Amino acid sequence: MDLNALTECLVSASCMVTQVTSGFIIGMLLFLVAVGLTLIFGVMKIVNFTHGAFYMLGAYFAMTVFQFTNSYGLALLGAAVGACVIGVIVERLFMQRVYGGNVLMQLLVCYALVLILDDLVRIVWGPEFKAMGMPDAFRVPPLFIMGGVVPPFYLFLIAAALAMAIILGLAIARTRFGKTIRAAAHNPAMVSVLGINTGLLFTGVFALGCLLAGLAGGLAAPVRSLTPGMGFSILIESFIVTVIGGMGSILGALVGAVLLGLIRTFGALGFPLFTEALMYLAMAVVLIVKPSGLFGREAA
Amino acid sequence: MSKPSSSKPSSSSINRRGFLAAGAVAAGTVSMPWVAGAQAKTIKVGMPTILSGRVAQLGTSSRNAAQMEVEKVNAAGGLAGRPIELVIRDSKGQPQEAARVARELVNSDGCEILIDAEASTGAFAVHEVARDLGVLCIHTNSETSSLTADPKLRLPNAFRCARQGIHDSAVGGTYAAEIANARNLTRWATCSPDYAYGRDTTAEFVMYLKRFAPKVEVISEGWPKIFQPDYTETITKLLQAKPQALYSCLWGGDLTSFIDQASIYALFSQMQFYAVNMADYTALTVVKNLPAGIHSGNRYVKTFPATPQNAAWGDAYRAKYGEYPTNWAWQNGVVINFLAAAAKKADSADGKKLADALRGLKIDSPLGADGTITMRAEDQTIVGYAIGWGTTIAKEPYVPEMKSTPWQRIFELEAEWKKEKGFA
Repeated sequence: MDLNALTECLVSASCMVTQVTSGFIIGMLLFLVAVGLTLIFGVMKIVNFTHGAFYMLGAYFAMTVFQFTNSYGLALLGAAVGACVIGVIVERLFMQRVYGGNVLMQLLVCYALVLILDDLVRIVWGPEFKAMGMPDAFRVPPLFIMGGVVPPFYLFLIAAALAMAIILGLAIARTRFGKTIRAAAHNPAMVSVLGINTGLLFTGVFALGCLLAGLAGGLAAPVRSLTPGMGFSILIESFIVTVIGGMGSILGALVGAVLLGLIRTFGALGFPLFTEALMYLAMAVVLIVKPSGLFGREAA
Repeated sequence: MSKPSSSKPSSSSINRRGFLAAGAVAAGTVSMPWVAGAQAKTIKVGMPTILSGRVAQLGTSSRNAAQMEVEKVNAAGGLAGRPIELVIRDSKGQPQEAARVARELVNSDGCEILIDAEASTGAFAVHEVARDLGVLCIHTNSETSSLTADPKLRLPNAFRCARQGIHDSAVGGTYAAEIANARNLTRWATCSPDYAYGRDTTAEFVMYLKRFAPKVEVISEGWPKIFQPDYTETITKLLQAKPQALYSCLWGGDLTSFIDQASIYALFSQMQFYAVNMADYTALTVVKNLPAGIHSGNRYVKTFPATPQNAAWGDAYRAKYGEYPTNWAWQNGVVINFLAAAAKKADSADGKKLADALRGLKIDSPLGADGTITMRAEDQTIVGYAIGWGTTIAKEPYVPEMKSTPWQRIFELEAEWKKEKGFA
């Protein structure tokens, strides 16, 4: 434990700027993955263990598109659209068959898909780790804001993820598609009775989740090494986020993800040997105090 | 009417099944003597290693180098007349899987020798399997010194054919202390993976650094998990601590991720970086924007030792596999050379006789500091391999100049360390 380092940081503007932004960096990538997870659970009531694999696919798609075009914008588009297309295929061929089914069967199907997608990546891109490299536009010295160090690429990453959060929030709250999603989450049978094609809606929600996970993979690709199976660790943390924020809540995913990011960055200063455990501790506290999560709806 | 019609197809299907079963048994009987004959002649050598995940490239290079040397040994008659057959299995980098695979290789696949090409996470688990089964086991990738230095862990049937942390740290500590004294670098930080290898090797490096540069003080320590995807919190913690120099024994994909993430914080312009595992082709070629001036130990570079034999070995590997060898590669190539030399000395491929022959065995090797490598008898680990530290550049030869410490000096420092740890 190093409480001195933590208190020194809390009273230093430069340290606060660096730590808070790095908390947001960790948090925003987690948010993009967790929000898909939470949406899919909210509507289809399925715990989608394959979600990490779409993050991985996004990262690999981004790297390949970037290698061919040298454009990071196109790489991000490729990551999001690529993961989305694979998501539609996976949902149509496999996931649709296990909605509302046995939980064990859902888990087995998800696990099998994780292994298959990991192996596909291994076959296509090889088993060794890869690095995409930083796009030229971001290969610039870091900014110093009130003495704190903030890399421009991470500012872009936070802005992109925040923009997605706002767009998603507005879409869910204001559009017809959003209304249908909220209705389906509440009572899918009634939505179906009203003549809405729930099969198509489910595919849409699954595809949206995969698109966001793919985008997160694309945003992570310049700074993380790419390997088959890289989706696993982010999946675990995304589950913690959804448990803290509340399954099915977008705002919950955002708050949970940022909270987890801040726990990691400030925890690393004050409790360097205990940082991992702090995340689980936070989850345990939330589970005890409010089992449905910070923004989760209590079971009726 | 219905009875005969229903019984007939059923009896015919049984007949067909019976026929198929009999055929399978017959085929098995015919093929068995051939298989059994082949088994008696070849000697199966089991190799658990990491073929998937972030370290896969290193595991693959271990397999490649071993295979390359096996081909040479088999062409020359094998181990005492028995051709080697490598049986390679993926442990996925998980200790429990490494132990399971190692046990299966011996018990089910009939392997008589284990080449344990695991990282330290798995090597300690495989070591216990070797203790249990009594099979000849040579660790080729674990660099945690205690594996062979700690008498409590020592087994007559377990050897190590790999560089080790204490040797790297003795040379690295001496090298870094010289620079620290000359440039007055007193505030140091460390950032290493949180497991046996990371903890031990960092402690050993710091011990020698402080010994030769007494003003040095470690002001910050970071212990990310092995294979951690994100190092942001470790990097920002380092930025807060403002050290003058940073030591790390992160390796493989972990090291390259750390460098990519730290580069965008311009970390390396604010402090000198000592990364013992940088000078390996896997890491050097993957990092797209390699910062200049990283201090590194030699892992494998074909220019050190600067001999035609070493360059030829690196080029032969590249010609066969399309990329340069790694540190894990040379260690797994050399182990095959050791087995061949031991079999020649013992005139046998029996595990116990090979173990006796290996103790104290000295072989010619392009990877030796003086052209030879010795399997030291007292702790059954290799010594005399090429070891040095230098500064990296972003293109070949990557480390233009390596500084080495004479092995006699390394032995003195190692002996003192063993005494302090109660190992000697």
